[in-house]
Amino acid sequence: MSNNTAHEEPELVQLLTPEGVFTEHPDYPLDIDPEELRGLYRDLVMVRRVDTEAVALQRQGELGLWASLLGQEAAQIGSGRALRPDDMAFPSYREHGVAWCRGIEPRELLGMFRGVTNGGWDPAEHGFHLYTIVIGSQALHATGYAMGVQRDGSVGEDGAAVIAYFGDGATSQGDTNEAFNFAAVNHAPVVFFCQNNQWAISEPLERQSRVPLYKRAAGFGFPGVRVDGNDVLACLAVTRAALNSAREGQGPTLIEAFTYRMGAHTTNDDPSRYRVSAELEEWERKDPIQRLRTYLEKEGIADEAFFAEVEADADKLGERVRHECRTMSDPDPLDIFNEVYAEPNVHIDRQRAEFADYLASFEDSGAEGGR
Amino acid sequence: MSTKLTIGKGINAGLRRAMEADPKVLIMGEDVGKLGGVFRVTDGLHKDFGADRVIDTPLAESGIIGTAIGLALRGYRPVCEIQFDGFFFPATNQTFTQLAKMHRRAAGKVKLPVVIRIPYGGGIGAVEHHSESPEAYFAHTAGLRVITVANAVDSYWMIQQAIASDDPVVFFEPKRRYYEKAEVDTEAPLHTATPMGSARIARPGADATLLAYGPMVKTALQAAEADTDHSIEVIDLRSLAPVDYDTVVESVKRTGRLIVTHEAPLTSGLGAEIAARVTEACFYHLESPVIRVAAFDTPYPQSRLEEHYLPDLDRVLDGVDRAFAF
Ligand SMILES: Cc1ncc(C[n+]2csc(CCOP(=O)(O)OP(=O)(O)O)c2C)c(N)n1
Repeated sequence: MSNNTAHEEPELVQLLTPEGVFTEHPDYPLDIDPEELRGLYRDLVMVRRVDTEAVALQRQGELGLWASLLGQEAAQIGSGRALRPDDMAFPSYREHGVAWCRGIEPRELLGMFRGVTNGGWDPAEHGFHLYTIVIGSQALHATGYAMGVQRDGSVGEDGAAVIAYFGDGATSQGDTNEAFNFAAVNHAPVVFFCQNNQWAISEPLERQSRVPLYKRAAGFGFPGVRVDGNDVLACLAVTRAALNSAREGQGPTLIEAFTYRMGAHTTNDDPSRYRVSAELEEWERKDPIQRLRTYLEKEGIADEAFFAEVEADADKLGERVRHECRTMSDPDPLDIFNEVYAEPNVHIDRQRAEFADYLASFEDSGAEGGR
Repeated sequence: MSTKLTIGKGINAGLRRAMEADPKVLIMGEDVGKLGGVFRVTDGLHKDFGADRVIDTPLAESGIIGTAIGLALRGYRPVCEIQFDGFFFPATNQTFTQLAKMHRRAAGKVKLPVVIRIPYGGGIGAVEHHSESPEAYFAHTAGLRVITVANAVDSYWMIQQAIASDDPVVFFEPKRRYYEKAEVDTEAPLHTATPMGSARIARPGADATLLAYGPMVKTALQAAEADTDHSIEVIDLRSLAPVDYDTVVESVKRTGRLIVTHEAPLTSGLGAEIAARVTEACFYHLESPVIRVAAFDTPYPQSRLEEHYLPDLDRVLDGVDRAFAF
């Protein structure tokens, strides 16, 4: 596959270099105080800890599966912290960092990957929709939601905006492309946030696109921008700008956060079958947490005591996550029949009653599992 | 030569033999190349046949089936892998409005020998959309042949038969049984294998017929074994569209009872169709109504509840008891 330009040296919006050096960007000024900067650092460390614990819990058989966000913390925290309370986020299944910003408890995420729930949180309460596993579907949901926001007249400085998260692989789906087009022709207040982590399971970006992803937006008639996805400050600044432009009636933006999936696709995957370790080493040098730490240290925005405190808090969080996961009880078998319909449904009620009788028949016979 | 193969390896060996026999056979899907598919069913084929014959597609199911139709129009025989049951749905339009109907629309002038492989069914502790049994949608669509396998002998032969068929074939792979093993004679000629359209008596019996397919065949055989009071005949249906009613009806006429079991939800499932047909054909031979043992009419639940949702040995035996209670 020659002449592939998907990897073309990007015009990357970057505020913080991998060495932790800050430079202002003419188009993306960042208005941020030291307290917020420390907050971002804390967020990054916390979500990485949740992720590390979850991978370990899966290895110990406590979770059925886990999709790790390792390496993508900055893209998620930067964009997640750009959101305002009234904004609405539509994630796929790896957005644990955005979930963190939206106040979703880690145990809610673990419950889904443990197989105890199918999601369960209230999307409206958190401004964070349910995880969507069928690739690309949520891009259309976000666009429709944004069309609703538009019709509610919720525009302007205090208006609401919508953000849809998906991966590089998802840009191949019809749904994603249809969402781009619906958003464009309707001028919908939605931001498409693509975390280009270079891989869709085993398939490299070259199998999805011949052009840099952010450039696709132009074909649909809205702006696209590529941001350093390992730079939390750039992700924050660019997402803020795109959300503001959406809320002020300027229509959609596509943000391509250029980042890297450091771990396996999920705990079921074996990346050694398809990728080389040199790639990993290259991206380790761009680690999002280390570069912010260097900056905070150099500028005297945070001291040793602060970093130690964050570390201690992360330990506490880790412990809590482990405990909450291990002590999560299985749902009642009759939960299968709950909430299938919004209104009473005699058919489901009958099946539930029959199954309850069936289960009770084992209790009567005193046997566990029958014969 | 007889070799011990798992269901997954049987499909792999069958694909390899079909690709060797006919350069027009192509594999296409997400991650089917270097990774060998998420279940490793296409393992090694990319290495040996190259990227032009084992095509890692963009992440787009509609694209996979739609381009397979075009390749078939140009004389190729594409075998499409859909990664999981729940991810087939973006391809429904191409499959149902185009693939299934084109032969008839062209009055037979167009043939679409496309195979769609779908790992299906539950029991592997997965998150949602990874455990569904959507076979009834396909069986309901005229123009498609729908088959499923329950052992490695069938997986090896039926994938080759599916590829050889000039009709579009949907090939359901019972993912929780991928690792079941059997002796397979991998060198016999293809025409000597049991035709993919026929049902198979997996265990002969005299008192009742227990019909299953795909992942439930193993459970049905266990149930027949466990019921020492009766002699239960087990039928492995193999072909879901068309159904081999000759074999089923002949069996029910002998035994007088039919229990149908599947992992898919009860309502409008394949069991309902089979019950209706068998009742018509065997009304005076039946000692009891046809009994169905299926999953509930609910979305596939979170994995911690799937053991309750899937018909297990006890539920199947309970169904058998109900048949004998009449
Ligand atoms: C419609 C659909 N097809 C296939 C899958 C299986 N699948 C799950 S994740 C994945 C790769 C997704 O890659 P990308 O969009 O780049 O997101 P990433 O996982 O890298 O964050 C695939 C093929 C799916 N979930 N949905």
